[in-house]
Amino acid sequence: MNALVVAPVVVPLLTLLIGIVLRPRHGYVKVVSVIGAGLLVLTGGILVVLAGDDVPLAAQLGGWQAPYGISVVIDRLSAAMVAITGVIGLATVVYGLVREGNPDVLRNFHLFVHGLLAGVCGAFITADVFNLYVWFEVLLIGSFALIALGGGRRRLAGTMTYLVLNLLATLVFLLSAGLIYSATGTLNMGELGLIFRSGEAPPAATLAVAMMLLSFAIKAALFPVFGWLPASYHVAWTPVSALFAGLLTKVGVYALIRLVTLMWPEYGAVHEILLWVACATMLVGVLGAAAQNEVRRILSFHIVSQVGYMILGLALASPLAIAGAVFYLIHHIIVKANLFFVGGLAARLTGSERLAAMGGLYARTPWLAILFAVPALSLAGIPPLSGFWAKLVLVKASLAGGFWWAAGVALLTGIFTLLSMSKIWNETFLKAHPGGEAAIRPLLGVRCAWGTIGVLALMTVVIGLGAGPVMEYAIAAAGQLADPQLHFRAITHPEGT
Amino acid sequence: MEFLAALTAGGLAGIGMWLLLDRNLIRVVLGVAIMGNAINLGVLTAGRFAGEVAAFVTPAAVPPDAANPLPQALVLTAIVIGFGLFTFALAVLQSVRESHGITTTDRVTEVTEEPAPDVEEVGLQVHQDDADLHHDAGAPR
Repeated sequence: MNALVVAPVVVPLLTLLIGIVLRPRHGYVKVVSVIGAGLLVLTGGILVVLAGDDVPLAAQLGGWQAPYGISVVIDRLSAAMVAITGVIGLATVVYGLVREGNPDVLRNFHLFVHGLLAGVCGAFITADVFNLYVWFEVLLIGSFALIALGGGRRRLAGTMTYLVLNLLATLVFLLSAGLIYSATGTLNMGELGLIFRSGEAPPAATLAVAMMLLSFAIKAALFPVFGWLPASYHVAWTPVSALFAGLLTKVGVYALIRLVTLMWPEYGAVHEILLWVACATMLVGVLGAAAQNEVRRILSFHIVSQVGYMILGLALASPLAIAGAVFYLIHHIIVKANLFFVGGLAARLTGSERLAAMGGLYARTPWLAILFAVPALSLAGIPPLSGFWAKLVLVKASLAGGFWWAAGVALLTGIFTLLSMSKIWNETFLKAHPGGEAAIRPLLGVRCAWGTIGVLALMTVVIGLGAGPVMEYAIAAAGQLADPQLHFRAITHPEGT
Repeated sequence: MEFLAALTAGGLAGIGMWLLLDRNLIRVVLGVAIMGNAINLGVLTAGRFAGEVAAFVTPAAVPPDAANPLPQALVLTAIVIGFGLFTFALAVLQSVRESHGITTTDRVTEVTEEPAPDVEEVGLQVHQDDADLHHDAGAPR
């Protein structure tokens, strides 16, 4: 059981190591990379099944019992996040097989992706605050290497912004971890949860946790600390920005969900603040997108606005709302990564990602238009796609909690999102290409990119049509978040784990 | 002792923040490094300085006046990670300054806000063998 619990970290790390050993053989590295990502999907799938059957998945690493040892706890939310990380990782490395660029750079891309995946999965399974910091750093170092991949003036300038602001956020996290230890004497999430739930947390601990939530808010790109995201995501190589768009902010969202549900199960002051932040994030993100004229810059602002929905679910604190946030998380990661992939392919075909210089793709490749329409409409929340159910649950939960204005903001943001998506649709697909039909490039060397986009779009449709089982899983996950026995067990029964 | 260390950490954090707010990129990166050290010292201080003896705990005995090893372990981890990240930041700083002549934060913003170059994807440097796949000899390399 222990081997399976740490598999989400071990699989990408082993893939990375084998890839480094095989470095001179580019072909082998790619094969290993795809197999490794596939194994991560498999691991995630097994964990989802086991977590769904209520098999307790927890371990104490290094032979030390909690609260001294580092605990690893995989509940339903963690298992789902690992599975979805595997899916996006696989999609990214398969897209990364496209024929272009310097082969050495392409090879390094595969290595860095697995380094990043190890960090992301580690963050999802750990139950120790300082260990969470370490995994944040691991994923951060992978993301630095990835965002700078290929070099170039604009990209390195974007890397600089990304680097400095993310380092600062991580430093805030480190300081808050130290202060939490100083105030409570523990870094174990379960024990922290028990301390806060008992209502006897010292004021210094509350302050330190508030500081930690701030650093997660920067990572999740919440209002008003989202500025780094739209300033940097558009400079990276397409599969890199798709991977970032899908996973990175969501690690911050996950950490917020994890800590807030552990410490404050009932609606309170923290939720009140989060509610306002969520509404501001939704609106500011979507309005920022309206001012942009490049595919990925529009989509980057939409990441910000969509994160607002998940935080809305967290802030409402009712079981239905938390389930909605979990469902939204799963749906959004697939949809958002896919939109970046489609945008990248469209840019490759039309020769630009400036909307003014794009066009004519509907006439040329109607399939790409359809594959754009699926995630785009899902993002805006059009039935029967996955985004509709996610938004429906959140709006319903807002109304049930008496927050009609939050529901209003969520609906308004949906309308603006639709407007924004139709802008991309009109400019990229419907309008004729400004350079004439001949300016659209032939579809060469991108078969793997088609596969990636097709499968992700299919997943969006499947989650939309088969929303029932996914929602049941999300509700069960929310139940576990409200009553995190897996996290408490190691603390309350140290000998029985 | 805690008081002195806390004061030092606060002073370092102040210097770090002052450097971070500068327009010059070198100062910004140095600011991150100083801020990192300030926070490392802060974490160490937060763990208190009780105990004088290194905590070599054996199953048989715990030294009576042992220092708390946990904050030390935390800071050691953070120092190693911080060192790696700082090195990477310096490397990026060097290529941003020397290859691309960007020396201020204002310029960084200007450059990232530039409209996307044509076929952004080719930004991954077209290899000679693959150049025939792209019909854009003029794209920025």
